[in-house]
Amino acid sequence: MLARAGIWWTILSISIEERLVYRGDFALGTLMRFLPIVTQIFLWKAVFSAVETLGSGVDRVAGYSYHDFIAYYLLTMVSRAFSSMPGLASGITRDIRSGAVKKYLTQPVDLIGFLFLYRVAHKLVYYAIAVVPFAAVFYLLRSYFPGWPHGPTFAAYVASLLLAFLLGFFMEVTLGLLGFWFLEISSLLFIYMLLSYFCSGHMFPLDMLPGMWGQAIKAAPFQYLAYFPSAIFLGKVAGAELLRGLATQLAWVAAFMIAARLAFCFGVRHYSGFGG
Amino acid sequence: MTTAQRTFESAGLPPAMRRASERPHYLRVLATFARNSLIRDMTFRANFLMETATSLGWLAMNLTFYVVVFHYTPMLGAGTGWGKHEFFLFLATTYLINGLVQLLFMTNADEFSEMIRTGSLDFALFKPIDTQFLVSFQRIEWSSLTNVAFAGALATYALGRLGYVPSVVSCGLYALYVACGVAIFYSLMISLASASVWLGRNQAVYDFWFYLSNFARYPREIFQGRVGSPLRWLFTFVVPVLVVVNVPARFLVRSLAPRSAGEWMLPLFTLGMAAAGICISRWLFNRALASYRSASS
Repeated sequence: MLARAGIWWTILSISIEERLVYRGDFALGTLMRFLPIVTQIFLWKAVFSAVETLGSGVDRVAGYSYHDFIAYYLLTMVSRAFSSMPGLASGITRDIRSGAVKKYLTQPVDLIGFLFLYRVAHKLVYYAIAVVPFAAVFYLLRSYFPGWPHGPTFAAYVASLLLAFLLGFFMEVTLGLLGFWFLEISSLLFIYMLLSYFCSGHMFPLDMLPGMWGQAIKAAPFQYLAYFPSAIFLGKVAGAELLRGLATQLAWVAAFMIAARLAFCFGVRHYSGFGG
Repeated sequence: MTTAQRTFESAGLPPAMRRASERPHYLRVLATFARNSLIRDMTFRANFLMETATSLGWLAMNLTFYVVVFHYTPMLGAGTGWGKHEFFLFLATTYLINGLVQLLFMTNADEFSEMIRTGSLDFALFKPIDTQFLVSFQRIEWSSLTNVAFAGALATYALGRLGYVPSVVSCGLYALYVACGVAIFYSLMISLASASVWLGRNQAVYDFWFYLSNFARYPREIFQGRVGSPLRWLFTFVVPVLVVVNVPARFLVRSLAPRSAGEWMLPLFTLGMAAAGICISRWLFNRALASYRSASS
């Protein structure tokens, strides 16, 4: 048991050191990612100026005030910092195609466990460095936030972020492991990326979608990657609805965890490795 | 017979004839680049279809966002004149200009940075043709024609809904200012790519291009207030990305076409900036070539 823990710790510390090499690039890249927020602020300001002038005193769009919109976009950036897994699925497929996946089959290291620790290391380094630009931008735009949520709401927000990380990880791993059958999954990845970007609420709060469109998109797991944590923070989801949402998010994590494990077990049986 | 063979064989000719035969026919070279790119795309047809689908997917998603926005508001900004279908004409212009830039220059600018980093620019410098021309046009991204077609369909739909047929003059001016917009974007892109000579690697610069061009996707009128007005001034007169789409789009939207003498100043300024942009980027490109030291031994 101790020996196994030692292996995991070694993997985590090596991965952290590897990620720290690019810390300058990380910080600059993170700061730049906030630039589109500037145009979003002006876009929604224009929308609200028209709504308020022409809509006879209406000051909300789908239950969101102008300040809520800006806070929502900033909060989705935090959610995406947890749930996005750049290069994970494509990396797994590449390893399967090139045969590099053999190392996980011959060495006493579990592929999913290794990738999980590698991603945890990546995220830890990312947060350690990105906290500076994130804090600076949030401080500058603090007037858009309604204030800190109450203790239990904040705890639910943190829990939903951690679950968003797990959900994003296991969804991408499941997708990547399909490479055992298809070898090339770039088209599938593109569809996933498109659905994830639109249906996760990254572009706009999902409450804006009218009628059955909103219901259909909220039935999919994507909303838990960006919309749901942000909605918790802003108090758009509360009480029984919040608990139900967290339970559903947990169920999706469990479902994709099992799907990933099954895909790996069956995929390995299907796999043929040739050459040295 | 290759260009190099022709150059060597023309060495025995009188100077005047030699100059004439050595000067490459740029249009013919451009047609060859276009043909080669098409052959390459048709060789990897599945990849070509995938890229086309990717472009269409992103455009459809972006358009859906604005359809949702206009479900809640009749206009972008009170009194700006950018109603739903007027704004769709603006969007069509954005897609058209971005489509043309991607079709002609995006891959080439990216490739130019790589050529500097890896040292393969040496081969381009050896060729008996203008290096900037060679670097800028050698790859045509045919799959980006989808954006142009999508833009055409969206503009036709929006004009139909507005019940308006633009005059020949409006269409001519629109085409002229779309060309100006493409020229300004090209100038910015090739200038940023040239910076690779001094920076070595320019991923951050390339990202910067994406975020900078993001400002061009919105009407100038939405940038108002204490922060908005200086930003509008900055992105109109210093880094003129806000004129790229705004000026041509206004010629297509009847209610927003320039009418007073003052309103004609911005289109005139755009013409000047397009010409200045090409000259400045040409100067920067040549400075970059002068500083290029090759990556090989």
